[in-house]
Amino acid sequence: MTMEKVETTYTIPVGPIHPALKEPVRLDLSVNGEEIVDVDIVVGQVHRGIEWLGMNRNNPIQSIYLAERVCGICCVSHPFAFVEAVEHAAGIIPPERAGYIRVIIAEMERIHSHLLWAGVAAHEIGFDTVFYLAWRVREEIMDLMEYVAGNRNTKAMFQIGGVRRDITEEQLPKIRKSLDYYKSIFNQLKTVFLDDTTIKMRTKNVGILKTEDALKLLTCGPTGRASGVAKDVRQDQPYAAYADLDIKAITPDVITGTVVGDVYDRIIVRLVEVKQSIEIIEQCLDEMPSGDILTEPKIAKLLNTLTKAEGEGVGRHEAPRGEVIHYVRLEPGRETLSTWKIRAPTYVNLMAIPTILKGGQIADVPIAFASIDPCISCTNRAVIVDKRTNKKSILSGKELHELSIEKTRKLKC
Amino acid sequence: MEILSPEEIIDGFKKALGDSFIDSKIYEQEVAVKKNVFRTIWVYVKREAFRKAVEHICKLQEYPHLAIISSSDLGDSVELIYHFTIYYGHHLEEISLGLRVNLPKNDLKIPTLTDIIPGALFTERETQEMMGVEVVGIPDSRRLFLPDGFPEGVYPWRTDETGPQDILRVLPGRKQK
Repeated sequence: MTMEKVETTYTIPVGPIHPALKEPVRLDLSVNGEEIVDVDIVVGQVHRGIEWLGMNRNNPIQSIYLAERVCGICCVSHPFAFVEAVEHAAGIIPPERAGYIRVIIAEMERIHSHLLWAGVAAHEIGFDTVFYLAWRVREEIMDLMEYVAGNRNTKAMFQIGGVRRDITEEQLPKIRKSLDYYKSIFNQLKTVFLDDTTIKMRTKNVGILKTEDALKLLTCGPTGRASGVAKDVRQDQPYAAYADLDIKAITPDVITGTVVGDVYDRIIVRLVEVKQSIEIIEQCLDEMPSGDILTEPKIAKLLNTLTKAEGEGVGRHEAPRGEVIHYVRLEPGRETLSTWKIRAPTYVNLMAIPTILKGGQIADVPIAFASIDPCISCTNRAVIVDKRTNKKSILSGKELHELSIEKTRKLKC
Repeated sequence: MEILSPEEIIDGFKKALGDSFIDSKIYEQEVAVKKNVFRTIWVYVKREAFRKAVEHICKLQEYPHLAIISSSDLGDSVELIYHFTIYYGHHLEEISLGLRVNLPKNDLKIPTLTDIIPGALFTERETQEMMGVEVVGIPDSRRLFLPDGFPEGVYPWRTDETGPQDILRVLPGRKQK
């Protein structure tokens, strides 16, 4: 019997639902053998019309809490950008102390988000020991956030014209103790993530995004910085207490000396940013001015001001995944917002996915896709459709995960 | 790359666009203790000069960052604002630039930017499906967020008769707006 060589392109839809997904997305992969030749992204499975609610149902203060629920992880970033936008539109200037508290809580979120990502990334390549380790050390910052904000997640710290909770003198020792803990283990984390042979094998030269592509596709956040785009709102545009600090965008050449734009570089950027966040929090605690935390504590009065206000504003914040931008327009006499537009970082970073995945292997999809830290990090099920016979075979998320683990094992041998 | 002040940027727009330049606004706010300035520029141009204005922005910085297109239904017309940021990568020098275009309701068309900025695709697709603005020359005109079964000719962000009023689910005991 002779074996005939047949070349066919298969289409594999990956997603949209998976227990680990925060935001379902479907990827249609066209594959030739193991190689990915084309990728199409289908989004919108969880479009909840949040902007519409802010324009038709909620008043601006209710919309802060709606903004907080845009994303489960960026529960500081969205209200941060939103209150900035409303403040610019209504001409409210928050007290200086509030700017510092906003920055402290936002940087805490960055530490927890990056550690969460580090664990997920390790899990994607079948390195579950590191997954447990990363999530174990993440608990410290979650506890600290609960201590400062009263909640591990959806912290409701933000208010138009300031923040809702102060950081008191008595809280400082415990905050500093947690930061010292992270400083003491930072070198250990660095060794685990950057010097491990398995991680290096699976992440170096995988999912490359070149600087020019990143610039053209508007890639932002750690994904863009790993490709050498030194763009960071905290560094670029003065807002909140970041304007007082001397922040420099982290690119992978601080460790390796070069910029490749692969998954390994994205690990470097996020890891060094954890250290940067710790330094920012410490600096803020030292330099925090005293004074009020709210310009207008009476909600009814604030609402009255907002209903009368006319104007438009843009609020921006560097979320853990990249730049969040909110545009708000207020019309006098209207209780709701007249226009509200949200741009989350994954919105633009997803456009880089075809470039990142093309030419790669199916087994690299979980880690390469997770490397942009989308609000989607795993893959649920993959239906393989044979175009000639129209036959379908289903590859579950578990099987796809096993494929990835298999590759790690093979590389180790 | 030379970094211009907001006033110089607006003068540059006036020179490049001539009569097609309609209006501009500068918003500045001092921030935090050191009083560094958060700056936003709004530039209002005629639709005919829209592409020219974007090309002018590309002269200010080779790859300007187009964050998002926001759209507002103003009754007789639809207003699009292209939110750019320029001078990123320089400490505290970045400026938000909103490029404003007004489209009459009977002629909702705007040329695509995907040939200049490939990353504009998602936001153009979203503007097309949500506001019913036709993006002329868009390489991929499929819907982005709305499902395939969503009725044609209904645009969720509109406030006129093409809005989503008829398909809203009103909970028992609530009045239809």
